[in-house]
Amino acid sequence: MNFRTLIGASALALTTALAAGGAQAQGVSVSISCGALGQELDICREGAEAWAEQTGNSVTVVSTPNSSTERLALYQQLLAAGAADIDVFQIDVIWPGILGEHFIDLAEHMDGQQDEHFPAIVENNTIDGRLVAMPWFTDAGLLYYRSDLLEKHGFEAPTTWQEMTDTARAVMEAERAEGNDQLWGYVFQGRAYEGLTCNALEWIDAHNGGSVVNPEGEVTVNNPQAIEALALAGTWIGDISPEGVLNYAEEEARGVFQSGNAVFMRNWPYVWALANAPDSPISGNVGVVALPKGGEEGKNTGTLGGWQLAVSRYSANPEVAADLVRYLTSYEEQKRRAIVGAYNPTIAGLYEDPEVLEAVPFFGDLYDTFVNAVARPSRPTGESYNRVSAEFWEASHNVLTGAATAEQALADLESSLNRMSRRGW
Amino acid sequence: MAMSAKSSELTRARVRSAWLFLSPMLVVLALVAGWPLVRTIYFSFTDATLSNLSDYDFIGFANFIEYYEGEWYGVIVDPDWWRAVYNTIWFTVVSVGLELILGMIVALTLNAAFPGRGMLRAAILIPWAIPTIVSAQMWGWMLHDQFGVLNAILMGIGIISQPVAWTASPDTALWAVVMVDVWKTTPFMALLILAALQMLPSDCYEAARVDGINPIKVFFKVTLPLIRPALMVAIIFRALDALRIFDLIYVLTSNSRDTASMSVYARQQLVDFQQVGYGSAASTLLFLIIALLIIVTLMVGRVRLGEDPR
Repeated sequence: MNFRTLIGASALALTTALAAGGAQAQGVSVSISCGALGQELDICREGAEAWAEQTGNSVTVVSTPNSSTERLALYQQLLAAGAADIDVFQIDVIWPGILGEHFIDLAEHMDGQQDEHFPAIVENNTIDGRLVAMPWFTDAGLLYYRSDLLEKHGFEAPTTWQEMTDTARAVMEAERAEGNDQLWGYVFQGRAYEGLTCNALEWIDAHNGGSVVNPEGEVTVNNPQAIEALALAGTWIGDISPEGVLNYAEEEARGVFQSGNAVFMRNWPYVWALANAPDSPISGNVGVVALPKGGEEGKNTGTLGGWQLAVSRYSANPEVAADLVRYLTSYEEQKRRAIVGAYNPTIAGLYEDPEVLEAVPFFGDLYDTFVNAVARPSRPTGESYNRVSAEFWEASHNVLTGAATAEQALADLESSLNRMSRRGW
Repeated sequence: MAMSAKSSELTRARVRSAWLFLSPMLVVLALVAGWPLVRTIYFSFTDATLSNLSDYDFIGFANFIEYYEGEWYGVIVDPDWWRAVYNTIWFTVVSVGLELILGMIVALTLNAAFPGRGMLRAAILIPWAIPTIVSAQMWGWMLHDQFGVLNAILMGIGIISQPVAWTASPDTALWAVVMVDVWKTTPFMALLILAALQMLPSDCYEAARVDGINPIKVFFKVTLPLIRPALMVAIIFRALDALRIFDLIYVLTSNSRDTASMSVYARQQLVDFQQVGYGSAASTLLFLIIALLIIVTLMVGRVRLGEDPR
């Protein structure tokens, strides 16, 4: 290897990079991080570019890992280092408490636009009186089903988890007998990550088993309803759910459902637009309802998800970046995103907009589910939330794999959470 | 006497210039390896968090072990940590063992003269040349239970009747990681062994052939003892690598505690849970465990790294 050539080549590469950097000086360049689940990245880019065209600035869209656990890890490293690489961050509904101090107060940049959004989410994003993030879209877990298969075998969409289990098994067995041997009953997010926390919280809340840690910060998870909920989920693996579900996140579950290999799926609203797209094998045969109740006494519920936009304190152009946030969270842009991608608006008025309802009919029916979604215990546990969530998903994962019974897993979980909060959260 | 004084003068000059030439590397090493190590050990005695790295207090050994209101806390009493230590050591022993055997077979094959040998030698290096993160993701898809190619093949030829969830089931997840690691690093092992094989003097083999000794006996009595020093170096290299495995496990199975290695555990504490102090304590233990294991291996293998393999 000739080292002189090597050095020459790297020097050339460096000069080119510097020249490219200098050429963007016209207008202001802002970068935004967007998720890339399904068509999320494209829709984000379209919105950001529309803003860039209007304002004469330029915008770079950065895609981030699909797993929210990994995305948070990436953000933490960037923000802890004070990096100015990303100006606008797309953050999860549970992160304002963890990341808040790295973001600017958006209230003064929004012209009062924040008052149009759901007050609960705005409050969630307000840390110590500072609006650290603007609501972009909200999410709640939903139950998707194959309307054609349910109709063929004479079933209705289930209203309880037990009924879902029975229906899934009956349809799966009947279809397999007819030679459709790839078919499974139910797929969900069973990998040991934040998504399993969302799923397991839904099972427990549907049985009125609380939300792991109550708003006062007490550990409430070891109760009979929660045990009943997890025990039922533990019976699914290998029966109505493939064993692989233990390593599925959102997109793996959608892959199985959308290729026609599952009767039911738990997922977020974004799947609606993709499953019904013209190139989807199950287009037109997909139904969606609120997640089932945990028995007759239980309730329909869904974990509150959703994403916010925040501006980094380390940004070189915080005001321009805040303007991008204002544009992306506005009524018009949220409407476009709802129609094109079925992203739930955070503005109540959009749920009555005829054009939105025509594109995504279930927004009207499931309005209550979205507004009353159960929140993960990120407020009472503050900075410890990630550890709480990790303990919770591990306990749930142990029940699913059969490594522990529900009683055992929840008793262990209770003691480890109590240990963790020994000096307060 | 004059002679000896002169030669020691020369030696000293040589030593001086050796240090001069070494100093840039030592400075770089101190900056990129020494400083982070010292800082990690320093942080392990604090309660620093990732959200605010400039504000922390010294808490002594509390991250390692602490007695509080009748119970023990800290890395040393955390069963998840010991699970991770066990996983890492199990992984290292099994994967390095398999790589050694397979690498030896590949090296012996490639040592024979046959047409196209150069091409084949280059070709077997491909798995080693692919970045781990890429090959791990690629294997992640191939091992997928529903649309993975591996299940399709095995079901096609009738070995299994139901798709196996390779990376999801606790029984197979660590084996899946081992398999991918063996696939990836066997070429490296084979290359090191091949280099040693090529250095061997041919007269021993001629003598053995003249005496009509069984080739298997030749391998165990002649080849193996001769390449043992090189073999030990290869094993130590691989073991060092395997003991700090992170990327492969993280991509294939995420943070699952069934497969978490020591590095995965430390990273989760440091980054996901923001506990820089506690995570640094785990990293410090990781460093000590690896150092200890390598010292033991060196002593048991009676390898002197300073000596040229003969």
